Amino acid sequence: MLKPTDTRNPDHYHRVVDCQWGCPAHTNVPEYIRLIANGQYTESYLLNRKSNIFPGILGRTCDRPCEPVCRRVRLDGEPVAICRLKRVASDLRDDITGFLPTIPEEKNGKRIACIGAGCASLTVANDLMPLGYEVTIFEKLAKPGGLMWTNIPEFRLPAKVLWEEIDYILDMGVDLRLNSPIDSLAALLEEDYDAVFIGSGAPKGKELNLPGRWDSEQIHIGIEWLESVRFGHIDSCGDRVLVIGVGNTAMDCCRTAQRLGASDVKVMARKTKPYFKASPWELDDAIEELVEVLENHSPSRFIIEDGKLVGMEFDLVTWTPGENGRLKAEVHDSKIIECDEVILAIGQDTAFPWIERDIGIDFNKWEMPIVDKTTFMTSRPGVFMGGDAAWGPENIIWGVEHGHQAAISIHAWCEGRPLTDRPPEGMNLVSQKMGLHEWSYSNDYDEAERVKMRHVDLQERFKRMDIEVEEGFDFEQTLTEVERCLNCDIQTHFEAHLCIECDACIDICPLDCLTITHNGAREDLSQRLTAPLLNPDEPLFISDDLPQTGRIMVKDEDLCIHCGLCAERCPTAAWDMRKSDLLVPYAGLGAGEMHPSPLSVVLAGTAIG
Amino acid sequence: MSYIKKPRIHHPALTRNRLGLTRRDYEGTMSTLCAGCGHDSITAAIIEAFWELEIAPHEVAKTSGIGCSGKTPTYFLKEAHGFNGVHGRMPSITTGAHAANRELVCIGVSGDGDSLSIGMGQFAHVVRRNVDMLYIIENNGVYGLTKGQFSASADVGSTAKRGQVNREHPIDSVLLSLNLGAGFVARSFSGDKEQLVPILKAGLRHRGFALIDVISPCVTFNDHRGSTKSYQYTRDNYNQLVYADFVPPAQEIATSIEVGDARSVRMHDGSHITFRKVPEDYDPTDRDQVYGYIRERQRAGEVATGLLYVEPAPQDATDAVDFHGLQGTVDEPLANYPFEDLCPGADALEKLQKRFR
Repeated sequence: MLKPTDTRNPDHYHRVVDCQWGCPAHTNVPEYIRLIANGQYTESYLLNRKSNIFPGILGRTCDRPCEPVCRRVRLDGEPVAICRLKRVASDLRDDITGFLPTIPEEKNGKRIACIGAGCASLTVANDLMPLGYEVTIFEKLAKPGGLMWTNIPEFRLPAKVLWEEIDYILDMGVDLRLNSPIDSLAALLEEDYDAVFIGSGAPKGKELNLPGRWDSEQIHIGIEWLESVRFGHIDSCGDRVLVIGVGNTAMDCCRTAQRLGASDVKVMARKTKPYFKASPWELDDAIEELVEVLENHSPSRFIIEDGKLVGMEFDLVTWTPGENGRLKAEVHDSKIIECDEVILAIGQDTAFPWIERDIGIDFNKWEMPIVDKTTFMTSRPGVFMGGDAAWGPENIIWGVEHGHQAAISIHAWCEGRPLTDRPPEGMNLVSQKMGLHEWSYSNDYDEAERVKMRHVDLQERFKRMDIEVEEGFDFEQTLTEVERCLNCDIQTHFEAHLCIECDACIDICPLDCLTITHNGAREDLSQRLTAPLLNPDEPLFISDDLPQTGRIMVKDEDLCIHCGLCAERCPTAAWDMRKSDLLVPYAGLGAGEMHPSPLSVVLAGTAIG
Repeated sequence: MSYIKKPRIHHPALTRNRLGLTRRDYEGTMSTLCAGCGHDSITAAIIEAFWELEIAPHEVAKTSGIGCSGKTPTYFLKEAHGFNGVHGRMPSITTGAHAANRELVCIGVSGDGDSLSIGMGQFAHVVRRNVDMLYIIENNGVYGLTKGQFSASADVGSTAKRGQVNREHPIDSVLLSLNLGAGFVARSFSGDKEQLVPILKAGLRHRGFALIDVISPCVTFNDHRGSTKSYQYTRDNYNQLVYADFVPPAQEIATSIEVGDARSVRMHDGSHITFRKVPEDYDPTDRDQVYGYIRERQRAGEVATGLLYVEPAPQDATDAVDFHGLQGTVDEPLANYPFEDLCPGADALEKLQKRFR
C-alpha cells in the first residue's frame, strides 16, 4: 500500500520543478521567466540574484544543469532556453544597486579570510557582508574573478558584465587584496581571523607527458594559455593549432586561437562525439567557426625539429566495449599532423602546495582535502572550503551554491551554533485562480520550437577578441521562448476529501497523468495507471483515500504540462493550481527572509520581496 | 467550459489502432458542459469504445436532440457525420440517415428529457422499428439546461436542489424498451468506465436497436442529498448485476471466460459477449426473467446495472430482423446509387401515377 504524498514537505513540489531541482543553487526558474514575460526585467534579475548571484555572467556561461532536466525535453526534445532567458533579464534590467542589501556600518566584530577571488569566495562575501562581517579576499592575480575572468574568453563573456556583477559584491566593502598569493595557510591562520574560507579553485592544468613535451615553447597548458591571453601577455599564435582534448576549455582555446590569427585549428579527440566532455552547445559554436574536430586520435608524441615544434603524431584508434563496460582502445594506424602550436586542454586539478600537512587539515590519498559535504568545513575547525577547490572542477553555479552553504556554516560557526543544524527550507503554496476560467499564468501549451540564438556574422566576429558572438534574444524571440516554459511551479494541488470521483480530470488531461484506482503495491499500481510510467524516477502523487469509494487519486508528475485543465474541469475544486514558492534560507536569513535595502519597500509583497 | 483548448500534445506511449489512430484522434471539440458533468465521462467512454473497435470516424453518424445530452456528440469523433436535431426527434433523423446509408455506424445520444418526455413517441417507435443504432440516454433525472426541474425519470420521493419532492412516477427506459421488444438493453453509470466501455462496444456491434441508459449525475442541479441520481447515491446503491465482456470475432472466447459462471452470447457479426458473475437465477437472454429481476432490484432500492438483456443472434442468421430486414430494402446503401436511379424523373412518376388512376 502506498502512503499518501505529503505535499507540505517542500521537497515534493520542488522535485516537480525539474529545473529548480536540477539547479545546484535552486534558482526559481519559472518565476523569473514569468517576470521576463511581464517585462519585469529588474525583478527577474533580482529574483535570480537571490540564489545565483551572477545572473549576467551565468546567463552567458552557465553549464545549465537545469536544461537537460527541463520537462520540455521529455515532451518535445528541446529544453526551454533557461540560461539565455536569464541573460535577457540581465541585459534589460535597470540599475539595481538600490536593491542590494544595506551593509551595516557597525560591524559584528568577526573577520573572515577568503582565499581566491572566484565565484565561491565572492558568494561567501556576498552573503556575509550584509550581516556585518569584515571579509578579506586574498587573490594571487591582478584581477578578481578567478576562472570567470581568466578562462572565459571575452567573446563569450564581456568584461563589462563580469566587472559589474563582481563590483556589486566588492562594493559592499570587501577588503580585496590583489597580487596576494597565500603561500602558507599556517601563516594565514596565525592571523586573527574568525574563519577561513578556501575558494582557490582548480588552477592546475593537466600535463601530457609525451616525448618532446619539454623540448618546445610552442606547447601550452590550455587554462594558463587562456589566462595569458586575458592579461594580454599573448596576443598572437601560430597558423596551425592543435587543441588536445574536447572539453569546454578546449572549445574556448580553439575559438581563441582563431581570433589570435590561426587559420587552421583542429580539436583532437581520443574518442567519438558521444563521449565528448564539452557541452553540446559549446561544441556547436566551435564547429560553426569552422574548427575541425577529429575523433579517435590519441596523441603519441610531439615532433620537434631543431628545437621547433613541427607536428604531432597520433595513434588512430577504434574503441570496443571491453570488460566491466569500459571502452578499450585498439590502435590500427598512426598519423602525423603538422602544426605550429599545441594547446593541452585535457582537464585541470586542484593544487595545495601552500597548505601545510601538519595543521590539522586532512587529505585523502588523491591529495584532496577532506571536506564535509554538508557543512563545507575541513577537518580543521574554522577552515572551510568550497568551489572547485573542494571536490575538483565543477562549474560556476556549483561554486556559488558552495559559497552559500559555506556562508551559512561560517555564520553558525561565528555564533557558536552547531554547523549540522541546517536552516530548513520553507514553501508557500498559493492558488492561482483568478476567475471561473482564468489563471494567473499563461496556461496554454505553446508548441513553438526552441528559439535559436543569433550569432554575429562569421566575418565580423573575428575582428576583435571582445566581440560577443551571441547577440542575445530580441523581443520577439524572448516572447516566444518564455511561452515555452510550462510553469512547473504552478502545481496541480489535490484535496482528496473534496473529490466526487466524476472522472472529469482524468478525461481532460492531455497527457494522461491521472488515474483513480485502488491502492496497492507500487509495482502493481504502476501497471494500472492510465498511461505507462516512462520515467519511474519522476515523483508520483498519491492521494488520501477518496470519500465515495475509498480508491486513491494517482498522478504521474512526469509529463504534466501544467495546463490547469484538471482544475478547470473539477466541479468541487478538489484540484487547484497553486504556485509553490520554495523558500531557501541563506546565512542569517531564514527561509523567505530578505536583507533590508534602500529600495526593499518597493519589492514588498512581490515575488522577490 | 474552459477558455483554452485541450492541447494536442499527448503521452508518447499512446498506442495506435489498426487505422493508425490514437485515442486522441477520436476526440471532438472541448466540452462546454458544466465541469464534472457525467455526460463528459460518457463522451470519454464513447471515444474509448470507438477507438478500441477501430471504427473509422468518417463511417459514423452521430445524432442528438436538445438538452445537455444534445451537445455531447460535438465532443467526440470530430470527423464523423453529425446532426443535432429538434427536441426529441433524434430517432427520426437517425432512422433517415440509416435508411439512406445502411453502412453507417449510427450512434444517437439523448437524455431523459429528450427521450422520455417530448420524444417519448419517437423513442417507442425507433425501438419497434429496430433501427440498427446505439441509443444512449444520458440519464440525470433533471432538465439541466432549464435549471433543474424534475424530468420524467426522476424517482418518487427524490428532491430537487431546493428541496421540492417529486411525486410523479418515473418512466424507466430500460423496462420500457424491454417491453417494446428491444434486443439489447443495458444500464450503466458514467462513473464506471470499466463497465461502460465494454457495453458500448457490444452495443455498437449489436445488429439492431441497442439501448444503454447511463446514470449521468448532473453536478449542478442533481448531485445533492435527496437526489437518486447523484454520484454518492448511485455508488451507494450500485448493483453491478452482470459483468459483460465484449469479444471481437477474431479473438478466442475462452481467453476471457472465468471459471464456471461465464456464459457466452453470440452476436450477428460473429463477436461474442461473455457474462461473468451472473447471479445463478439470472438469464440475460430471457426477457421476462430480466424484467422481473430488475423490478425486484428496484423494490430493494438498488440500481441494477450491466448489460441486462441481449437477444442472441440465431446461429444461422444472415438476415437480421433489423430495420432494413423488416423493410426488405436492398443490400446496397441507397446513398451509393446514382441520382438517376434513385430519382428516375417525371416520366417515371407519370407512369407510376397512372397506375393509381
